[in-house]
Parts: sequence; structure tokens; C-alpha cells
Amino acid sequence: MTTQTQDIQVRDKREVKSDAEQTIPGRVFSPNVDIFEDDQALTIVADMPGVPPENVSIDLRNDVLSLSGVPSVSVTEKEEHVLHEFATGKYFRQFTLSEVIDQEHIDAKLNNGVLRVTLPKVGPAKPRKIEITEG
Amino acid sequence: MIIRKLENWPFEGLRGEFSEFDQIQRYLGRLFSDRSQANGRETPAGVYPLLNVSHDSENVYVRSEISGMTLDQLDVSVTGRSLTVSGERAIPDEDSNVRYHRKEREAGKIRRQLTLPTDVDHERVQAKYQHGILMVVLPKAEKSKPKKIAISE
Repeated sequence: MTTQTQDIQVRDKREVKSDAEQTIPGRVFSPNVDIFEDDQALTIVADMPGVPPENVSIDLRNDVLSLSGVPSVSVTEKEEHVLHEFATGKYFRQFTLSEVIDQEHIDAKLNNGVLRVTLPKVGPAKPRKIEITEG
Repeated sequence: MIIRKLENWPFEGLRGEFSEFDQIQRYLGRLFSDRSQANGRETPAGVYPLLNVSHDSENVYVRSEISGMTLDQLDVSVTGRSLTVSGERAIPDEDSNVRYHRKEREAGKIRRQLTLPTDVDHERVQAKYQHGILMVVLPKAEKSKPKKIAISE
């Protein structure tokens, strides 16, 4: 693949613009995602650097999947910034799912700041033949 | 764009051959100044990965958000006052029968060189990669540390 050897270009973190105001101060960013599916499952892979596993929440209700993550703060108060190129804040992104998902078997893994959510599809309903009896 | 064109009207044609050049220059200047303001970034370096550098009396701290790397893909080195972070971010291929709906995450090479604000003790430099954040702690060289000077009466 040619993309493997290219240099990664700087992309600004996209800040979430929401109608609803945040109750907690701080900035909220939209994580970059890859979304793909096969016959069995829909998979979402999201970049959330700085977020430990215990700070990730995944919520699915009414076909809306919400992913959010809060990075752990490692900057101490004594530190003085010399160069500040990236801002840190919460991650939040929502998706409306068009497939019926098997909610019991949703699987999520977080590895080095990359969240991978696997949403298994509910298998197609088997056609049920209904016998008609004379009566 | 229309607004920008009308700004100089009706003098547009009267300003001679330099006017167009001036306009381009001003447009570019505005373009870049808008960009940096929108980010809230003070120093957009334009090279990935982006770095946050801070210091206290003991150490210099360099942090970078590079998620999804493994330790063998990342390389950190210090020479003199120069810190280099390089590596290659790979996104493993998924099964060939998957259909992609979105592909926003990027793979590729990363490289960034930074001049440190002070001399550091090379022997004690530590780098840690956790939750997708690279953090390099560079202890300041003894001669660069702030010294408290006693004031005598």
C-alpha cells in the first residue's frame, strides 16, 4: 500500500459543536474513526489518545451509539508550558446505526489509545413456514 | 470570496501591476492568520506529531498524542539539545471482505525534531508510551537548573 510510506499530515482535532451546552467545563473533540462491516458485524475503530480503559463509555440506545472518553490528566501544576501545539479534552461522537445489533454481544477493546468496538449484527430472521390447516 | 473582491473596488484597476500581487499576499496572510486563530494554537509547526513541551525546575516534559503505535514502531533519540521522535504508524489490514464506510484514521511515517529549551542529562532521559500518549521526561543538566542564591545583609 502506498499510504504506508507517506508522512502523516497534521490534522487539527475537530471540536464537537453541539446545541446542548456542556455542564462540565473543558473542550470536547470528535475522534477520528474507521467504520467497516462484514456479514457478521459492524466495527468502529476510534483514536482516543490519552484515555485509559476505565474512562471510556459506550452507550447504545434507540439505534444511537455514543462513544465517549475522558483522558487522564498527567500534567502537574508545577509545569510551565513552553510549546503548546495540541489541546486536550474529552472525546465524544455519536452514530445512528441502521442495522439491528445484538446488544448482548457488543465487544470493546482499548489498546494504546485506539478504541475498537465490534457490534455483532442480529442474524436475518429465519422464514418460518406456517402450516395452514383445514378446519 | 465576493466580499474580498469588492473590498478594493473601484480602485482595483488603478493600482498598477503590483496590486494583484499585493492582494494575493494579503489573502495568504489572512488565510494563515485565520487558521492559527481557529486552532487556538500559538505555534502551528505543521509537522506530525504535534508536541506539547513544558518544564519545571527539575525536568523538561515532552508529550505527544500518537495513538495506536507499538513500542517497536516508535523511536526517540536525544543528541545535544535536539530531541527526535520518529516512527511509522501502521493500521493493520482488516479482513478482505469488509466494506469500509469511513476511513479517517491515517497510517504513515512520523518524524519530528525539536530543540530543547535547556541542556539535559542524556543518561537519565526516560520515555513512556501509555494510552496512546508518548511522554519523554528529560532531566535538566545540573548547570541549567535554577539555583537559589542566598542574599546576605
